[in-house]
Amino acid sequence: MNAKRPWLAPLLSLVFFAVFVGLWHLGTKQTVGEVIVDPEYAALIGAAAATGGQSAMPGPVDVAVKLWEHISDPFYDRGTNDKGIGIQLGHSIARVLVGFGLAALVAIPLGFVIGMSPLVYKALDPFIQVLKPISPLAWMPLALYTIKDSGISAIFVIFICSLWPMLINTAFGVAAVRKDWLNVARTLEVSRLRTAFQVILPAAAPTIMTGMRISVGIAWLVIVAAEMLVGGTGIGYFVWNEWNNLSIANIISAILFIGLIGMVLDNTLARLGRAVTYKE
Amino acid sequence: MTQHFLQVEGLAKRFPGPKGKDDLTVFENIHFGIDKGEFVCIIGHSGCGKTTILNVLAGLDEASDGTVIMDGKEIYGPSLDRGVVFQGHALLPWLTTLKNVEFGVRSRWPGWSAQQIEEHSTKYLEMVGLGSALHKKPSELSGGMKQRVGIARAFAIQPKMLLLDEPFGALDALTRGTIQDELLGIVQATHQTVFMITHDVDEAILLADKIMLMSNGPYAKIAEIVEVTMPRDRTRSTIHHDPQYYRIRNHLVDFLVNRSKDFAGAAAAGHDARHPPVVRPGLEGSAEVVPMPAHLQSLSAKDADRPAPLVSKASA
Repeated sequence: MNAKRPWLAPLLSLVFFAVFVGLWHLGTKQTVGEVIVDPEYAALIGAAAATGGQSAMPGPVDVAVKLWEHISDPFYDRGTNDKGIGIQLGHSIARVLVGFGLAALVAIPLGFVIGMSPLVYKALDPFIQVLKPISPLAWMPLALYTIKDSGISAIFVIFICSLWPMLINTAFGVAAVRKDWLNVARTLEVSRLRTAFQVILPAAAPTIMTGMRISVGIAWLVIVAAEMLVGGTGIGYFVWNEWNNLSIANIISAILFIGLIGMVLDNTLARLGRAVTYKE
Repeated sequence: MTQHFLQVEGLAKRFPGPKGKDDLTVFENIHFGIDKGEFVCIIGHSGCGKTTILNVLAGLDEASDGTVIMDGKEIYGPSLDRGVVFQGHALLPWLTTLKNVEFGVRSRWPGWSAQQIEEHSTKYLEMVGLGSALHKKPSELSGGMKQRVGIARAFAIQPKMLLLDEPFGALDALTRGTIQDELLGIVQATHQTVFMITHDVDEAILLADKIMLMSNGPYAKIAEIVEVTMPRDRTRSTIHHDPQYYRIRNHLVDFLVNRSKDFAGAAAAGHDARHPPVVRPGLEGSAEVVPMPAHLQSLSAKDADRPAPLVSKASA
Protein backbone atom coordinates (compact mmCIF):
# COMPACT_ATOMS: atom_id res chain seq x y z
CA MET A 1 0.00 0.00 0.00
CA ASN A 2 2.58 2.50 1.09
CA ALA A 3 6.01 1.43 -0.05
CA LYS A 4 7.89 4.04 1.99
CA ARG A 5 6.26 3.23 5.30
CA PRO A 6 5.73 -0.52 5.51
CA TRP A 7 5.14 -0.27 9.27
CA LEU A 8 2.09 1.94 8.82
CA ALA A 9 -0.45 -0.80 8.24
CA PRO A 10 0.63 -2.97 11.20
CA LEU A 11 0.69 0.12 13.38
CA LEU A 12 -2.85 0.96 12.32
CA SER A 13 -3.89 -2.62 13.06
CA LEU A 14 -2.47 -2.25 16.56
CA VAL A 15 -4.37 1.01 17.05
CA PHE A 16 -7.63 -0.60 15.96
CA PHE A 17 -6.99 -3.50 18.29
CA ALA A 18 -6.23 -1.20 21.20
CA VAL A 19 -9.39 0.82 20.58
CA PHE A 20 -11.45 -2.36 20.40
CA VAL A 21 -9.98 -3.76 23.62
CA GLY A 22 -10.45 -0.39 25.33
CA LEU A 23 -14.13 -0.18 24.39
CA TRP A 24 -14.59 -3.80 25.38
CA HIS A 25 -13.00 -3.12 28.74
CA LEU A 26 -15.20 -0.07 29.39
CA GLY A 27 -18.31 -1.89 28.25
CA THR A 28 -17.85 -4.84 30.54
CA LYS A 29 -16.56 -3.04 33.64
CA GLN A 30 -18.46 -4.45 36.60
CA THR A 31 -19.66 -2.14 39.31
CA VAL A 32 -18.65 -4.02 42.39
CA GLY A 33 -21.49 -3.89 44.84
CA GLU A 34 -21.84 -5.73 48.07
CA VAL A 35 -22.96 -9.30 48.19
CA ILE A 36 -26.67 -9.19 48.64
CA VAL A 37 -27.36 -12.87 48.65
CA ASP A 38 -26.46 -15.84 50.72
CA PRO A 39 -22.70 -16.65 50.32
CA GLU A 40 -23.43 -20.26 49.34
CA TYR A 41 -25.87 -19.11 46.68
CA ALA A 42 -23.35 -16.51 45.58
CA ALA A 43 -20.75 -19.23 45.03
CA LEU A 44 -23.31 -21.14 42.99
CA ILE A 45 -24.36 -18.35 40.64
CA GLY A 46 -20.98 -16.70 40.28
CA ALA A 47 -19.48 -13.51 41.59
CA ALA A 48 -20.92 -11.20 38.95
CA ALA A 49 -24.50 -12.24 39.46
CA ALA A 50 -24.11 -12.26 43.22
CA THR A 51 -22.93 -8.66 43.32
CA GLY A 52 -25.80 -7.48 41.18
CA GLY A 53 -23.84 -7.21 37.89
CA GLN A 54 -26.00 -7.18 34.81
CA SER A 55 -24.12 -9.76 32.78
CA ALA A 56 -21.54 -12.47 32.88
CA MET A 57 -19.71 -10.85 29.98
CA PRO A 58 -16.01 -11.06 30.76
CA GLY A 59 -13.65 -8.19 30.11
CA PRO A 60 -10.49 -8.42 28.06
CA VAL A 61 -8.42 -9.20 31.12
CA ASP A 62 -10.58 -12.20 32.04
CA VAL A 63 -10.34 -13.52 28.50
CA ALA A 64 -6.59 -12.97 28.40
CA VAL A 65 -6.21 -14.95 31.61
CA LYS A 66 -8.37 -17.76 30.20
CA LEU A 67 -6.43 -17.71 26.94
CA TRP A 68 -3.17 -18.03 28.81
CA GLU A 69 -4.60 -20.99 30.74
CA HIS A 70 -5.53 -22.69 27.48
CA ILE A 71 -2.21 -21.99 25.81
CA SER A 72 -0.11 -23.05 28.78
CA ASP A 73 -1.89 -26.39 29.14
CA PRO A 74 -3.66 -27.27 25.91
CA PHE A 75 -3.62 -31.05 26.09
CA TYR A 76 -4.92 -32.05 29.51
CA ASP A 77 -7.68 -34.60 29.79
CA ARG A 78 -9.77 -34.72 32.91
CA GLY A 79 -12.74 -36.68 31.70
CA THR A 80 -15.44 -36.26 29.10
CA ASN A 81 -16.36 -32.67 29.72
CA ASP A 82 -12.97 -31.30 30.69
CA LYS A 83 -10.38 -31.66 28.01
CA GLY A 84 -7.68 -29.21 26.94
CA ILE A 85 -8.53 -26.95 24.02
CA GLY A 86 -5.68 -28.48 22.02
CA ILE A 87 -7.33 -31.90 22.21
CA GLN A 88 -10.69 -30.45 21.17
CA LEU A 89 -9.16 -28.57 18.23
CA GLY A 90 -7.24 -31.70 17.30
CA HIS A 91 -10.46 -33.68 17.08
CA SER A 92 -12.07 -31.05 14.91
CA ILE A 93 -9.08 -30.74 12.60
CA ALA A 94 -8.89 -34.53 12.24
CA ARG A 95 -12.57 -34.73 11.30
CA VAL A 96 -12.23 -31.93 8.80
CA LEU A 97 -9.14 -33.46 7.21
CA VAL A 98 -10.68 -36.94 6.97
CA GLY A 99 -13.99 -35.67 5.57
CA PHE A 100 -12.24 -33.22 3.25
CA GLY A 101 -9.76 -35.87 2.11
CA LEU A 102 -12.50 -38.36 1.31
CA ALA A 103 -14.41 -35.66 -0.56
CA ALA A 104 -11.29 -34.84 -2.60
CA LEU A 105 -10.87 -38.52 -3.46
CA VAL A 106 -14.40 -38.59 -4.84
CA ALA A 107 -14.74 -35.07 -6.23
CA ILE A 108 -11.53 -34.76 -8.22
CA PRO A 109 -11.85 -38.00 -10.27
CA LEU A 110 -15.58 -37.47 -10.71
CA GLY A 111 -15.01 -33.84 -11.64
CA PHE A 112 -12.48 -35.03 -14.21
CA VAL A 113 -15.04 -37.30 -15.82
CA ILE A 114 -17.72 -34.62 -15.78
CA GLY A 115 -15.32 -32.07 -17.23
CA MET A 116 -14.18 -34.39 -20.01
CA SER A 117 -17.57 -35.73 -21.02
CA PRO A 118 -20.38 -33.31 -21.85
CA LEU A 119 -22.74 -36.30 -21.74
CA VAL A 120 -21.89 -37.19 -18.14
CA TYR A 121 -22.03 -33.51 -17.29
CA LYS A 122 -25.55 -33.18 -18.62
CA ALA A 123 -26.64 -36.41 -16.95
CA LEU A 124 -25.31 -35.47 -13.52
CA ASP A 125 -26.04 -31.76 -13.61
CA PRO A 126 -29.63 -31.96 -12.23
CA PHE A 127 -28.43 -33.99 -9.23
CA ILE A 128 -25.61 -31.59 -8.52
CA GLN A 129 -27.92 -28.59 -8.85
CA VAL A 130 -30.36 -30.05 -6.29
CA LEU A 131 -27.82 -31.48 -3.85
CA LYS A 132 -25.44 -28.53 -3.81
CA PRO A 133 -27.66 -25.97 -2.03
CA ILE A 134 -28.63 -28.36 0.78
CA SER A 135 -27.27 -27.25 4.12
CA PRO A 136 -24.81 -29.94 5.15
CA LEU A 137 -26.40 -30.07 8.59
CA ALA A 138 -29.68 -31.20 7.04
CA TRP A 139 -27.91 -34.45 6.28
CA MET A 140 -27.07 -34.98 9.94
CA PRO A 141 -30.22 -36.85 11.08
CA LEU A 142 -30.07 -39.05 8.02
CA ALA A 143 -26.41 -39.73 8.65
CA LEU A 144 -27.00 -40.51 12.32
CA TYR A 145 -29.82 -42.87 11.43
CA THR A 146 -27.95 -44.76 8.72
CA ILE A 147 -24.41 -44.69 10.09
CA LYS A 148 -25.39 -44.97 13.75
CA ASP A 149 -22.13 -43.37 14.86
CA SER A 150 -21.96 -39.72 15.77
CA GLY A 151 -18.25 -39.33 15.01
CA ILE A 152 -18.55 -40.81 11.53
CA SER A 153 -21.75 -38.82 10.94
CA ALA A 154 -19.83 -35.62 11.61
CA ILE A 155 -17.20 -36.73 9.12
CA PHE A 156 -19.94 -37.49 6.61
CA VAL A 157 -21.34 -34.00 6.98
CA ILE A 158 -17.89 -32.55 6.34
CA PHE A 159 -17.54 -34.86 3.35
CA ILE A 160 -20.80 -33.74 1.83
CA CYS A 161 -20.14 -30.03 2.31
CA SER A 162 -16.60 -30.18 0.91
CA LEU A 163 -17.68 -32.21 -2.08
CA TRP A 164 -19.46 -29.62 -4.19
CA PRO A 165 -16.93 -26.81 -4.59
CA MET A 166 -14.21 -29.32 -5.45
CA LEU A 167 -16.45 -31.21 -7.84
CA ILE A 168 -17.65 -28.14 -9.66
CA ASN A 169 -14.25 -26.48 -9.84
CA THR A 170 -12.55 -29.63 -11.07
CA ALA A 171 -15.18 -30.14 -13.77
CA PHE A 172 -14.90 -26.51 -14.78
CA GLY A 173 -11.10 -26.54 -14.79
CA VAL A 174 -10.95 -29.72 -16.84
CA ALA A 175 -13.55 -28.54 -19.34
CA ALA A 176 -11.73 -25.23 -19.78
CA VAL A 177 -8.34 -26.68 -20.67
CA ARG A 178 -7.10 -24.91 -23.78
CA LYS A 179 -7.96 -26.84 -26.92
CA ASP A 180 -4.50 -26.08 -28.27
CA TRP A 181 -2.85 -28.02 -25.45
CA LEU A 182 -5.08 -31.02 -26.04
CA ASN A 183 -4.34 -30.82 -29.75
CA VAL A 184 -0.63 -30.79 -29.00
CA ALA A 185 -1.06 -34.00 -27.02
CA ARG A 186 -3.14 -35.52 -29.80
CA THR A 187 -0.71 -34.71 -32.60
CA LEU A 188 2.11 -36.11 -30.48
CA GLU A 189 0.09 -39.31 -29.99
CA VAL A 190 0.28 -38.97 -26.23
CA SER A 191 -1.86 -41.64 -24.56
CA ARG A 192 -5.13 -40.64 -22.92
CA LEU A 193 -3.81 -41.44 -19.48
CA ARG A 194 -0.65 -39.42 -19.99
CA THR A 195 -2.72 -36.59 -21.40
CA ALA A 196 -4.94 -36.66 -18.32
CA PHE A 197 -2.02 -36.55 -15.89
CA GLN A 198 0.48 -34.43 -17.79
CA VAL A 199 -1.72 -31.98 -19.67
CA ILE A 200 -5.21 -31.76 -18.20
CA LEU A 201 -4.27 -32.12 -14.54
CA PRO A 202 -1.55 -29.45 -14.49
CA ALA A 203 -3.67 -27.20 -16.69
CA ALA A 204 -6.67 -27.49 -14.38
CA ALA A 205 -4.66 -27.60 -11.15
CA PRO A 206 -5.06 -23.92 -10.22
CA THR A 207 -8.84 -24.14 -10.62
CA ILE A 208 -8.96 -27.41 -8.69
CA MET A 209 -6.90 -25.89 -5.90
CA THR A 210 -9.28 -22.95 -5.71
CA GLY A 211 -12.12 -25.43 -5.25
CA MET A 212 -10.20 -27.20 -2.50
CA ARG A 213 -9.55 -23.92 -0.76
CA ILE A 214 -13.25 -23.03 -0.82
CA SER A 215 -14.08 -26.54 0.41
CA VAL A 216 -11.73 -26.50 3.35
CA GLY A 217 -13.12 -23.12 4.39
CA ILE A 218 -16.68 -24.39 4.32
CA ALA A 219 -15.67 -27.60 6.10
CA TRP A 220 -14.14 -25.59 8.93
CA LEU A 221 -17.31 -23.49 9.18
CA VAL A 222 -19.53 -26.55 9.29
CA ILE A 223 -17.52 -28.63 11.74
CA VAL A 224 -18.32 -26.28 14.63
CA ALA A 225 -22.06 -26.62 14.04
CA ALA A 226 -21.82 -30.35 13.41
CA GLU A 227 -19.95 -30.93 16.65
CA MET A 228 -22.47 -28.89 18.57
CA LEU A 229 -25.02 -31.42 17.36
CA VAL A 230 -23.11 -34.66 17.76
CA GLY A 231 -21.31 -33.74 20.95
CA GLY A 232 -18.56 -35.68 22.67
CA THR A 233 -15.40 -34.02 21.42
CA GLY A 234 -14.28 -31.22 19.18
CA ILE A 235 -14.17 -27.47 19.35
CA GLY A 236 -17.85 -27.15 18.42
CA TYR A 237 -18.81 -29.33 21.36
CA PHE A 238 -16.44 -27.34 23.56
CA VAL A 239 -18.18 -24.09 22.64
CA TRP A 240 -21.62 -25.57 23.33
CA ASN A 241 -20.44 -27.11 26.60
CA GLU A 242 -19.00 -23.78 27.76
CA TRP A 243 -22.30 -22.12 26.82
CA ASN A 244 -24.00 -24.55 29.16
CA ASN A 245 -21.40 -23.67 31.78
CA LEU A 246 -21.99 -20.00 30.98
CA SER A 247 -18.25 -19.57 30.67
CA ILE A 248 -18.21 -16.75 28.17
CA ALA A 249 -14.44 -16.30 28.54
CA ASN A 250 -13.95 -19.89 27.37
CA ILE A 251 -16.29 -19.33 24.45
CA ILE A 252 -14.43 -16.22 23.37
CA SER A 253 -11.13 -18.08 23.62
CA ALA A 254 -12.55 -20.91 21.50
CA ILE A 255 -13.83 -18.43 18.91
CA LEU A 256 -10.36 -16.96 18.63
CA PHE A 257 -8.81 -20.38 18.16
CA ILE A 258 -11.40 -21.32 15.55
CA GLY A 259 -10.49 -18.21 13.61
CA LEU A 260 -6.77 -18.86 13.86
CA ILE A 261 -7.02 -22.49 12.71
CA GLY A 262 -9.32 -21.46 9.87
CA MET A 263 -6.74 -18.93 8.78
CA VAL A 264 -3.96 -21.53 8.87
CA LEU A 265 -6.03 -23.98 6.78
CA ASP A 266 -6.86 -21.29 4.24
CA ASN A 267 -3.28 -20.09 3.99
CA THR A 268 -1.98 -23.62 3.54
CA LEU A 269 -4.34 -24.26 0.64
CA ALA A 270 -3.58 -20.84 -0.84
CA ARG A 271 0.12 -21.67 -0.72
CA LEU A 272 -0.45 -25.03 -2.40
CA GLY A 273 -2.55 -23.23 -4.99
CA ARG A 274 0.26 -20.81 -5.76
CA ALA A 275 2.65 -23.73 -6.15
CA VAL A 276 0.61 -25.18 -9.03
CA THR A 277 -0.24 -21.87 -10.68
CA TYR A 278 1.47 -21.22 -13.98
CA LYS A 279 1.92 -18.04 -15.91
CA GLU A 280 0.90 -18.05 -19.52
CA MET B 1 -0.83 -38.78 -62.80
CA THR B 2 2.03 -39.83 -60.62
CA GLN B 3 1.37 -40.46 -56.99
CA HIS B 4 2.55 -37.65 -54.75
CA PHE B 5 3.92 -38.17 -51.27
CA LEU B 6 0.85 -36.46 -49.92
CA GLN B 7 -2.26 -36.69 -52.01
CA VAL B 8 -5.41 -34.73 -51.23
CA GLU B 9 -8.46 -35.78 -53.22
CA GLY B 10 -11.86 -34.16 -53.34
CA LEU B 11 -11.63 -32.66 -49.86
CA ALA B 12 -14.73 -30.78 -48.71
CA LYS B 13 -15.98 -29.27 -45.49
CA ARG B 14 -19.64 -28.54 -44.92
CA PHE B 15 -21.39 -27.38 -41.83
CA PRO B 16 -25.06 -28.18 -41.32
CA GLY B 17 -27.03 -25.07 -42.14
CA PRO B 18 -29.85 -23.62 -40.08
CA LYS B 19 -33.09 -25.61 -40.12
CA GLY B 20 -34.60 -25.90 -43.58
CA LYS B 21 -31.61 -24.29 -45.23
CA ASP B 22 -28.79 -25.77 -47.22
CA ASP B 23 -25.57 -26.84 -45.65
CA LEU B 24 -22.83 -24.28 -45.53
CA THR B 25 -20.00 -25.41 -47.74
CA VAL B 26 -16.73 -23.83 -46.74
CA PHE B 27 -14.69 -25.51 -49.44
CA GLU B 28 -15.10 -28.45 -51.75
CA ASN B 29 -13.33 -30.26 -54.53
CA ILE B 30 -9.90 -29.60 -53.12
CA HIS B 31 -7.26 -31.61 -54.96
CA PHE B 32 -3.54 -31.20 -54.57
CA GLY B 33 -0.38 -33.15 -54.07
CA ILE B 34 2.85 -32.49 -52.23
CA ASP B 35 6.07 -34.27 -53.07
CA LYS B 36 8.70 -35.34 -50.62
CA GLY B 37 10.96 -32.47 -49.62
CA GLU B 38 8.63 -29.89 -51.06
CA PHE B 39 7.67 -26.69 -49.25
CA VAL B 40 4.11 -25.69 -50.06
CA CYS B 41 2.41 -22.55 -48.85
CA ILE B 42 -1.29 -21.88 -49.01
CA ILE B 43 -2.59 -18.33 -49.24
CA GLY B 44 -6.15 -17.12 -49.14
CA HIS B 45 -8.44 -14.77 -47.37
CA SER B 46 -9.83 -15.52 -43.92
CA GLY B 47 -12.75 -17.90 -43.99
CA CYS B 48 -11.64 -19.88 -47.01
CA GLY B 49 -10.89 -22.89 -44.85
CA LYS B 50 -7.09 -22.94 -44.90
CA THR B 51 -6.86 -23.83 -41.25
CA THR B 52 -9.51 -26.52 -41.67
CA ILE B 53 -7.48 -28.09 -44.47
CA LEU B 54 -4.39 -28.03 -42.27
CA ASN B 55 -6.32 -29.53 -39.37
CA VAL B 56 -7.60 -32.28 -41.63
CA LEU B 57 -4.03 -33.01 -42.70
CA ALA B 58 -3.03 -33.01 -39.04
CA GLY B 59 -5.86 -35.38 -38.21
CA LEU B 60 -7.39 -32.94 -35.75
CA ASP B 61 -10.45 -32.26 -37.86
CA GLU B 62 -12.49 -34.43 -40.17
CA ALA B 63 -13.43 -33.47 -43.67
CA SER B 64 -17.02 -33.91 -44.84
CA ASP B 65 -15.80 -35.47 -48.02
CA GLY B 66 -12.62 -36.59 -49.69
CA THR B 67 -9.47 -38.40 -48.65
CA VAL B 68 -5.93 -37.57 -47.72
CA ILE B 69 -3.29 -40.15 -48.46
CA MET B 70 0.22 -39.77 -47.14
CA ASP B 71 3.01 -42.18 -48.04
CA GLY B 72 0.49 -44.66 -49.42
CA LYS B 73 -1.73 -44.68 -46.34
CA GLU B 74 -4.93 -42.84 -45.71
CA ILE B 75 -4.73 -40.31 -42.91
CA TYR B 76 -6.94 -41.15 -40.00
CA GLY B 77 -6.53 -39.17 -36.81
CA PRO B 78 -3.41 -37.39 -35.58
CA SER B 79 -0.05 -39.03 -35.86
CA LEU B 80 3.57 -38.45 -34.99
CA ASP B 81 4.23 -38.67 -38.73
CA ARG B 82 2.80 -35.20 -39.05
CA GLY B 83 4.27 -32.52 -36.80
CA VAL B 84 2.23 -29.40 -36.21
CA VAL B 85 3.41 -25.91 -35.33
CA PHE B 86 0.40 -24.11 -33.95
CA GLN B 87 -0.51 -20.52 -34.59
CA GLY B 88 -0.44 -19.62 -30.92
CA HIS B 89 2.68 -21.74 -30.22
CA ALA B 90 0.62 -23.88 -27.79
CA LEU B 91 3.46 -24.52 -25.37
CA LEU B 92 2.52 -26.06 -22.03
CA PRO B 93 3.12 -23.10 -19.72
CA TRP B 94 3.93 -25.14 -16.62
CA LEU B 95 6.81 -26.94 -18.34
CA THR B 96 10.23 -25.55 -19.15
CA THR B 97 11.36 -25.15 -22.73
CA LEU B 98 13.27 -28.41 -22.55
CA LYS B 99 10.40 -30.34 -20.96
CA ASN B 100 8.05 -29.05 -23.63
CA VAL B 101 10.23 -30.54 -26.34
CA GLU B 102 10.87 -33.70 -24.31
CA PHE B 103 7.12 -34.17 -23.99
CA GLY B 104 6.89 -34.99 -27.68
CA VAL B 105 10.22 -36.80 -27.93
CA ARG B 106 9.24 -39.19 -25.12
CA SER B 107 6.07 -39.99 -27.00
CA ARG B 108 7.94 -40.56 -30.27
CA TRP B 109 10.56 -42.87 -28.79
CA PRO B 110 9.04 -44.39 -25.64
CA GLY B 111 11.96 -46.77 -25.23
CA TRP B 112 14.57 -44.06 -24.88
CA SER B 113 16.31 -43.32 -21.59
CA ALA B 114 15.78 -39.97 -19.91
CA GLN B 115 19.29 -38.98 -20.91
CA GLN B 116 18.74 -39.83 -24.57
CA ILE B 117 15.52 -37.84 -24.59
CA GLU B 118 17.22 -34.87 -23.01
CA GLU B 119 20.16 -34.94 -25.42
CA HIS B 120 17.90 -35.22 -28.45
CA SER B 121 15.62 -32.41 -27.26
CA THR B 122 18.55 -30.17 -26.38
CA LYS B 123 19.98 -30.68 -29.85
CA TYR B 124 16.82 -29.39 -31.50
CA LEU B 125 16.51 -26.45 -29.13
CA GLU B 126 20.10 -25.51 -29.89
CA MET B 127 19.24 -25.74 -33.57
CA VAL B 128 16.72 -22.90 -33.15
CA GLY B 129 19.15 -20.92 -31.00
CA LEU B 130 17.60 -21.60 -27.63
CA GLY B 131 20.47 -23.51 -26.08
CA SER B 132 20.66 -20.98 -23.28
CA ALA B 133 16.95 -20.99 -22.47
CA LEU B 134 16.47 -24.70 -21.81
CA HIS B 135 15.21 -24.25 -18.29
CA LYS B 136 13.06 -21.20 -18.78
CA LYS B 137 9.30 -21.32 -18.64
CA PRO B 138 7.39 -20.11 -21.72
CA SER B 139 6.19 -17.04 -19.80
CA GLU B 140 9.81 -15.91 -19.52
CA LEU B 141 10.33 -16.08 -23.28
CA SER B 142 9.54 -13.54 -25.96
CA GLY B 143 6.94 -14.32 -28.62
CA GLY B 144 9.63 -15.23 -31.14
CA MET B 145 11.40 -17.55 -28.71
CA LYS B 146 8.12 -19.29 -27.88
CA GLN B 147 7.47 -19.93 -31.54
CA ARG B 148 11.02 -21.24 -31.88
CA VAL B 149 10.30 -23.75 -29.13
CA GLY B 150 7.16 -24.76 -31.03
CA ILE B 151 9.25 -25.28 -34.16
CA ALA B 152 11.87 -27.25 -32.24
CA ARG B 153 9.15 -29.42 -30.70
CA ALA B 154 7.73 -30.20 -34.12
CA PHE B 155 11.10 -30.92 -35.72
CA ALA B 156 12.35 -32.98 -32.78
CA ILE B 157 9.88 -35.78 -33.42
CA GLN B 158 11.27 -35.99 -36.99
CA PRO B 159 7.88 -36.10 -38.67
CA LYS B 160 7.49 -37.13 -42.28
CA MET B 161 5.66 -33.92 -42.82
CA LEU B 162 5.50 -30.60 -41.03
CA LEU B 163 2.32 -28.55 -40.86
CA LEU B 164 2.59 -24.88 -39.93
CA ASP B 165 -0.49 -22.81 -39.23
CA GLU B 166 0.51 -19.19 -39.68
CA PRO B 167 3.41 -19.72 -37.33
CA PHE B 168 4.70 -16.17 -37.49
CA GLY B 169 1.39 -14.34 -37.60
CA ALA B 170 1.68 -12.96 -34.11
CA LEU B 171 5.30 -11.85 -34.37
CA ASP B 172 6.70 -8.44 -35.16
CA ALA B 173 8.27 -7.98 -38.57
CA LEU B 174 11.90 -8.12 -37.44
CA THR B 175 11.50 -11.27 -35.38
CA ARG B 176 9.47 -12.81 -38.15
CA GLY B 177 12.28 -12.23 -40.64
CA THR B 178 14.87 -13.81 -38.37
CA ILE B 179 12.80 -16.89 -37.72
CA GLN B 180 11.91 -17.20 -41.39
CA ASP B 181 15.63 -17.35 -42.13
CA GLU B 182 16.15 -19.95 -39.45
CA LEU B 183 13.25 -22.05 -40.70
CA LEU B 184 14.57 -21.75 -44.25
CA GLY B 185 17.99 -22.97 -43.09
CA ILE B 186 16.59 -25.91 -41.16
CA VAL B 187 14.25 -26.96 -43.93
CA GLN B 188 17.02 -26.77 -46.50
CA ALA B 189 19.30 -28.83 -44.29
CA THR B 190 16.72 -31.49 -43.40
CA HIS B 191 14.74 -31.59 -46.68
CA GLN B 192 11.63 -31.55 -44.59
CA THR B 193 8.31 -31.71 -46.40
CA VAL B 194 6.30 -28.72 -45.28
CA PHE B 195 2.75 -27.48 -45.66
CA MET B 196 2.29 -23.96 -44.34
CA ILE B 197 -0.52 -21.45 -44.07
CA THR B 198 0.42 -17.83 -44.31
CA HIS B 199 -1.11 -14.44 -44.95
CA ASP B 200 2.20 -12.95 -45.81
CA VAL B 201 2.97 -12.92 -49.53
CA ASP B 202 6.68 -12.23 -49.04
CA GLU B 203 6.98 -15.03 -46.55
CA ALA B 204 5.41 -17.44 -49.01
CA ILE B 205 7.76 -16.42 -51.83
CA LEU B 206 10.80 -16.69 -49.58
CA LEU B 207 9.99 -20.11 -48.20
CA ALA B 208 7.86 -22.01 -50.66
CA ASP B 209 8.45 -24.09 -53.76
CA LYS B 210 4.79 -23.89 -54.64
CA ILE B 211 2.13 -21.47 -53.48
CA MET B 212 -1.48 -22.55 -53.60
CA LEU B 213 -3.94 -19.73 -54.01
CA MET B 214 -7.33 -20.29 -52.51
CA SER B 215 -10.39 -18.41 -53.66
CA ASN B 216 -12.74 -16.87 -51.16
CA GLY B 217 -15.25 -18.98 -49.27
CA PRO B 218 -17.89 -20.26 -49.23
CA TYR B 219 -17.26 -22.87 -51.93
CA ALA B 220 -13.59 -22.00 -51.75
CA LYS B 221 -11.30 -23.90 -54.01
CA ILE B 222 -7.70 -23.92 -55.09
CA ALA B 223 -7.75 -21.35 -57.86
CA GLU B 224 -4.22 -21.91 -59.05
CA ILE B 225 -0.83 -23.08 -58.04
CA VAL B 226 2.02 -20.63 -58.40
CA GLU B 227 5.48 -22.04 -58.78
CA VAL B 228 8.22 -20.05 -57.18
CA THR B 229 10.70 -20.03 -60.02
CA MET B 230 13.71 -18.89 -58.08
CA PRO B 231 16.65 -20.97 -56.91
CA ARG B 232 16.15 -22.81 -53.66
CA ASP B 233 19.11 -21.18 -51.95
CA ARG B 234 17.42 -17.78 -51.90
CA THR B 235 17.82 -15.62 -48.83
CA ARG B 236 15.78 -12.84 -47.40
CA SER B 237 18.54 -10.30 -47.94
CA THR B 238 18.97 -10.91 -51.67
CA ILE B 239 15.62 -12.21 -52.84
CA HIS B 240 14.24 -8.81 -53.74
CA HIS B 241 17.05 -8.22 -56.23
CA ASP B 242 15.71 -11.02 -58.35
CA PRO B 243 13.32 -9.62 -61.00
CA GLN B 244 11.32 -12.81 -60.73
CA TYR B 245 10.49 -11.85 -57.17
CA TYR B 246 8.31 -8.90 -58.16
CA ARG B 247 6.61 -10.78 -60.97
CA ILE B 248 5.57 -13.48 -58.54
CA ARG B 249 4.71 -11.01 -55.83
CA ASN B 250 2.54 -8.91 -58.11
CA HIS B 251 0.80 -11.99 -59.34
CA LEU B 252 -0.01 -13.07 -55.79
CA VAL B 253 -1.12 -9.65 -54.63
CA ASP B 254 -3.26 -9.22 -57.70
CA PHE B 255 -4.92 -12.53 -56.98
CA LEU B 256 -5.60 -11.69 -53.35
CA VAL B 257 -6.87 -8.19 -54.06
CA ASN B 258 -8.82 -8.73 -57.27
CA ARG B 259 -9.20 -12.21 -58.59
CA SER B 260 -9.87 -14.25 -55.44
CA LYS B 261 -13.42 -12.91 -55.45
CA ASP B 262 -14.10 -14.09 -59.00
CA PHE B 263 -13.97 -17.68 -57.92
CA ALA B 264 -16.67 -17.24 -55.32
CA GLY B 265 -19.95 -19.01 -56.01
CA ALA B 266 -20.03 -20.69 -59.39
CA ALA B 267 -16.75 -22.08 -60.62
CA ALA B 268 -14.77 -19.83 -62.88
CA ALA B 269 -15.18 -20.81 -66.47
CA GLY B 270 -12.81 -23.51 -67.56
CA HIS B 271 -11.44 -24.09 -64.09
CA ASP B 272 -10.60 -27.71 -63.45
CA ALA B 273 -10.59 -28.32 -59.71
CA ARG B 274 -8.72 -31.58 -60.18
CA HIS B 275 -5.90 -29.90 -62.02
CA PRO B 276 -5.76 -26.29 -60.99
CA PRO B 277 -3.63 -24.28 -63.44
CA VAL B 278 0.02 -24.14 -62.57
CA VAL B 279 1.30 -20.64 -63.07
CA ARG B 280 4.85 -19.43 -63.37
CA PRO B 281 4.56 -15.65 -63.36
CA GLY B 282 6.94 -13.94 -65.71
CA LEU B 283 8.08 -17.13 -67.40
CA GLU B 284 6.89 -19.06 -70.42
CA GLY B 285 3.78 -21.12 -70.07
CA SER B 286 2.06 -18.56 -67.95
CA ALA B 287 -1.16 -17.32 -69.40
CA GLU B 288 -1.52 -14.32 -67.17
CA VAL B 289 0.78 -11.38 -67.49
CA VAL B 290 0.10 -9.07 -64.65
CA PRO B 291 0.78 -5.42 -65.35
CA MET B 292 2.95 -3.89 -62.72
CA PRO B 293 1.41 -1.02 -60.76
CA ALA B 294 2.63 2.33 -62.00
CA HIS B 295 4.50 3.28 -58.87
CA LEU B 296 6.51 0.07 -59.04
CA GLN B 297 7.23 0.28 -62.76
CA SER B 298 9.70 3.08 -62.35
CA LEU B 299 11.50 1.20 -59.60
CA SER B 300 12.11 -1.93 -61.57
CA ALA B 301 12.13 -0.54 -65.09
CA LYS B 302 15.72 -1.44 -65.66
CA ASP B 303 15.15 -5.02 -64.60
CA ALA B 304 11.82 -5.48 -66.26
CA ASP B 305 13.04 -6.20 -69.75
CA ARG B 306 15.95 -8.33 -68.78
CA PRO B 307 15.10 -11.98 -69.12
CA ALA B 308 14.97 -13.89 -65.92
CA PRO B 309 18.49 -15.12 -65.33
CA LEU B 310 17.34 -18.15 -63.50
CA VAL B 311 16.51 -21.53 -64.90
CA SER B 312 13.25 -22.69 -63.50
CA LYS B 313 13.27 -26.20 -62.22
CA ALA B 314 11.58 -28.87 -64.27
CA SER B 315 8.00 -29.20 -63.36
CA ALA B 316 4.54 -30.49 -64.09
